[in-house]
Amino acid sequence: MIRTPLRPLARILAARASGADPDAIEAENLRQRNDARRDDLRVRAEGRLFVLVLCFLGAFLTVGVRMGTLAASEAEEPRLAAAGEAIVATRADITDRNGRLLATNLDTHSLYAQPELMVDPARAAQDLARVFPDIEADALHRRFTDGRKFLWIKKKISPEQMQAVHDIGEPGLLFGPREMRLYPNGRLASHVLGGASFGREDVHSAEVIGTAGIEKAFDSYLRDPGLAGAPLATSLDLRVQAATRTVLDGGMKLLNAKGASAVLMDVRTGEILSLVSLPDFDPNDRPQPLGTGDQSDSPLFNRAVQGVYELGSVLKIFAAAQAIELGLVNQNTVIDTSGPMRIAGFPIREFRNKNYGKIPVSEIIVVSSNRGTARLALQIGAERQREFLRRFGFLAPTELEMVEAPTGRPLYPARWQELSTVTISYGHGISTSPVHLAAGYASLVNGGTRVRPTLLRQPGPQQGERLVSESTSRAARDMLRAVVTEGTASFAEVPGYKIGGKTGTADKPRAAGGGYYEDKVIATFASIFPADDPKYVLVVTLDEPQETTGEKPRRTAGWTAVPVASEITRRVAPLLGLRPTVEATPLAGLTPIASRSGD
Amino acid sequence: MRGFVLVPAIGAVMGLAFWAYQENYTTQAAQSDAEALSREIGALRERLALLDAEWAYLNRPSRLAELTELNFDRIGLQPFAPSQFGSVDQVAFPPDPTELIVDGIIEARGELRPDQEGEAQYP
Repeated sequence: MIRTPLRPLARILAARASGADPDAIEAENLRQRNDARRDDLRVRAEGRLFVLVLCFLGAFLTVGVRMGTLAASEAEEPRLAAAGEAIVATRADITDRNGRLLATNLDTHSLYAQPELMVDPARAAQDLARVFPDIEADALHRRFTDGRKFLWIKKKISPEQMQAVHDIGEPGLLFGPREMRLYPNGRLASHVLGGASFGREDVHSAEVIGTAGIEKAFDSYLRDPGLAGAPLATSLDLRVQAATRTVLDGGMKLLNAKGASAVLMDVRTGEILSLVSLPDFDPNDRPQPLGTGDQSDSPLFNRAVQGVYELGSVLKIFAAAQAIELGLVNQNTVIDTSGPMRIAGFPIREFRNKNYGKIPVSEIIVVSSNRGTARLALQIGAERQREFLRRFGFLAPTELEMVEAPTGRPLYPARWQELSTVTISYGHGISTSPVHLAAGYASLVNGGTRVRPTLLRQPGPQQGERLVSESTSRAARDMLRAVVTEGTASFAEVPGYKIGGKTGTADKPRAAGGGYYEDKVIATFASIFPADDPKYVLVVTLDEPQETTGEKPRRTAGWTAVPVASEITRRVAPLLGLRPTVEATPLAGLTPIASRSGD
Repeated sequence: MRGFVLVPAIGAVMGLAFWAYQENYTTQAAQSDAEALSREIGALRERLALLDAEWAYLNRPSRLAELTELNFDRIGLQPFAPSQFGSVDQVAFPPDPTELIVDGIIEARGELRPDQEGEAQYP
């Protein structure tokens, strides 16, 4: 562009000649030039503003459109995200502490009928009755023809049965997929596992819900899809549970007992490695609860958790331990146990009216003297005894992870009088479950800290509150060991394993009330092993046992529960990896086994 | 002058469009592949769960106990007993491997027999 000069010579000269002001020309030109520059700047500024407006508009439009699509469109999972983290909709497995399956799921089919699609209902009913022996052909035919449009025939059928129904060739018989709960080990651990059944169900699926035991207690956990089917690891050990059940079952039959239970517990972690209650049931085919009569006769009844019994002399060790803990006595303090002794008008007698005379505290436990523990309890007093037992957990239901646990509520007198103090010191007048007893023994012998029983695998020892001192705990262990070496539980000895324990034989109270049976007892043996550094507590309880090899039937725990517990320990201790301290029978030599690398 | 810029640009756009088209289709193929795989994984998981259940059922302690009893005369298995724990000093040292080294000449006699196919077989 050619710049216009502010003072063009030709016009200046012409203006001068005509006498006009030449400065006006310059001013005019300057104004024109400024105008042009202003217009130019304005256009550029407008252009920039326009671009800016476009940018903002674009940005806002993008946000707006995105919001609109998000609001208006259907929610959709990313197509590939599902492949890695599958959402597992099935109920989680239950395993033992080593990962062996205790409960799992199996895909099966259910069978239902739509009678309006049926070609020949009479023949279908006949053929179905042949496939399923528990179906009555006539009744089924009536149901086919009474005008209904839908009926269930079987909730769960096996593949063979499904094929057989296929072969009937009836279009009105239809199958729906079903996921059923399978307990591959059958009766083993049936009380712990409980059982499962179908909740809401329709043709295409059904909800599996726990009906008892750990299945019900952890129902929401097992069904949580967010946990991606991670199995629930219990504290049970399948091998130990199997060995315990076999031995206990044999012992129960041999001793003509009505029922039996065994609890094996780790004294530091509180894990229950084995919990058996006999008679038991198959959780795959859970029986109906008894309609009438005593529920404790039903196989569904868990004697170890729900059954509260007066366990007898096994509680004596707690009276002795408390007296030692309070500094009232030590193991060697001599107590006069001679009779007669009357508390609130009731005579306190020894077993078979024996008289042990003046004996030390440890001997009271060894010979199981009622009057001896009664004297200790009188020194302790009601209030302190009650508090001591409460801290050991004897006065509240156990916190075991089963729905049945709260029903095992201990029974004890509301007014804890002098007579109660005395009878409770030797285990009468207070009813607790075998699991309570196992937890109490574990807390007493593990060094004196509280452990709470649990059915879940624990990462490490429990750090419970201190209940008794280390030295009291040691004294209790020594006394329990002495019961086995020189006392009422001499049959408990297993070569190589130092076993300690206390027997208890309690007369069964009459169901109708009013006194005790003469010839029905609950025999209990609570044992610890190894006694010098206890790792496990085993409580074996037999209901109405009778040992008949002698002239008179023998019912005391020393003849019944103790041999059974001893055999359980002999079988179970090696499985738990406990090495016998003294070689039972020296081996001539080991069989060398060639091990080649690379195999 | 403008043609020199325009022709490569158009060529580049066409090339990129072709590449994008191809990528689109490989992605779709990979996606359906992955979906098929995840379906297969799901089916295999189901099968695995079934086999696990079957394994647990076949290895249930009561069945194993029955089998050991049935085959006692052949395998003679008994419950694990405390007496079966050995100590380290009961384990014999393995024989000195240098004694097993053969040096010197060994003479072996035998007969080479033709078998049914007519090939030599070493007894």
